Amino acid sequence: MHELSITRSVVAIVAERAAGRRVTRVRLQIGALSAVMPEAVRFCFGVCAADTPLAGAALQIDEIPGLGCCDDCGAHVPLDALVGRCPDCGTASLRVIAGRELNIKEMEVESCV
Amino acid sequence: MCVTCGCGNTEEALTLHTAEHEHVHADGTRHTHSHPHIPGFAAVPFRDAALHSHAASVPGRDTRTLQLESQILGKNQVTAERNRSRLAARGILALNLVSSPGAGKTTLLERTLTDLKSELRFGVIEGDQETSNDAERIRATGVPAVQINTGTGCHLEADMLQRALEALDPAPESLLMIENVGNLVCPALFDLGERAKVVIFSVTEGEDKPLKYPHMFAAAEVLLLSKTDLLPHIRFDIDLAASHALSVNPRLRIFRVSAYSGEGLPQWYGWLKSELALCRVPA
Repeated sequence: MHELSITRSVVAIVAERAAGRRVTRVRLQIGALSAVMPEAVRFCFGVCAADTPLAGAALQIDEIPGLGCCDDCGAHVPLDALVGRCPDCGTASLRVIAGRELNIKEMEVESCV
Repeated sequence: MCVTCGCGNTEEALTLHTAEHEHVHADGTRHTHSHPHIPGFAAVPFRDAALHSHAASVPGRDTRTLQLESQILGKNQVTAERNRSRLAARGILALNLVSSPGAGKTTLLERTLTDLKSELRFGVIEGDQETSNDAERIRATGVPAVQINTGTGCHLEADMLQRALEALDPAPESLLMIENVGNLVCPALFDLGERAKVVIFSVTEGEDKPLKYPHMFAAAEVLLLSKTDLLPHIRFDIDLAASHALSVNPRLRIFRVSAYSGEGLPQWYGWLKSELALCRVPA
């Protein structure tokens, strides 16, 4: 359940950046090959955000599909696992070019009055 | 009706429910999403707030969007890099030993320390959820060891290593063995500042373990296929296991070892010595 640590990191980074302002929305990017389950992060978020400036904030998660590039023929291949084969030339040497993302894209805070 | 999203599911019948449903925000924007509903949690305020308020803009309040582009594991990474440069400055070779529980990490480590302690200096950091049994086993070999108990945590993180390094204060040009919590999933994601991850995979597991847990095998540089003394007694195709591991990570260096018979240990020790030599700080 590394998603709990991951979510704690999200809350720590966003709370620091919020500098005392209330956070109303957080937008994450989680790749399909990152080994992090968006559902588990959603589940942990409410618990981790309680009693922080993120309490009650909406959580938006952009799920990035996996994509590999074939080193042999250059084809781009959708990947749902770290291991795959190129459907064009059959080689197993696919380089992951998308799907490992684990980022905080943006956050929304209440403006200071 | 579900009090959280208004779907037709009843409180009693709630299990895991991930159907997509639509929301309309105060500003008129619509979107669909899905999430699990769990018995007893439907009415908990955080779920309502975190999953459903979608306060893209709270009425009557001004909000501002900040672009972050931060890596979620960025803080851990910064600490890991700091650990790595401190270890490198002292010529210490740090290895992060990972495996599922029971693959034989501690036994292999005890044998390695016993065989090499007259030639090389060692320090050991033991990670487990509970008990200091493993650190005691290591100390019995005469090598200094520090135990980290993670409690409910399922992996070590870079700041835990940082604190353990302060307690252990490993000798210059020594070999630092970090035995992670037995878990083939979570430790793959957390860099501690080690030079390499060494994954231990025993012949009593399934040959397809590298395919089931590819992240760990992809993150490692060395694979120790352990407990090979048991091969005559069990059905395990070691060549198939090695080929599965290589299909996940073609760069993996593989040693077939047994802490009991000693098979493969000279090759493993040879690798340790050559890596340690690469870490040596020029005088």
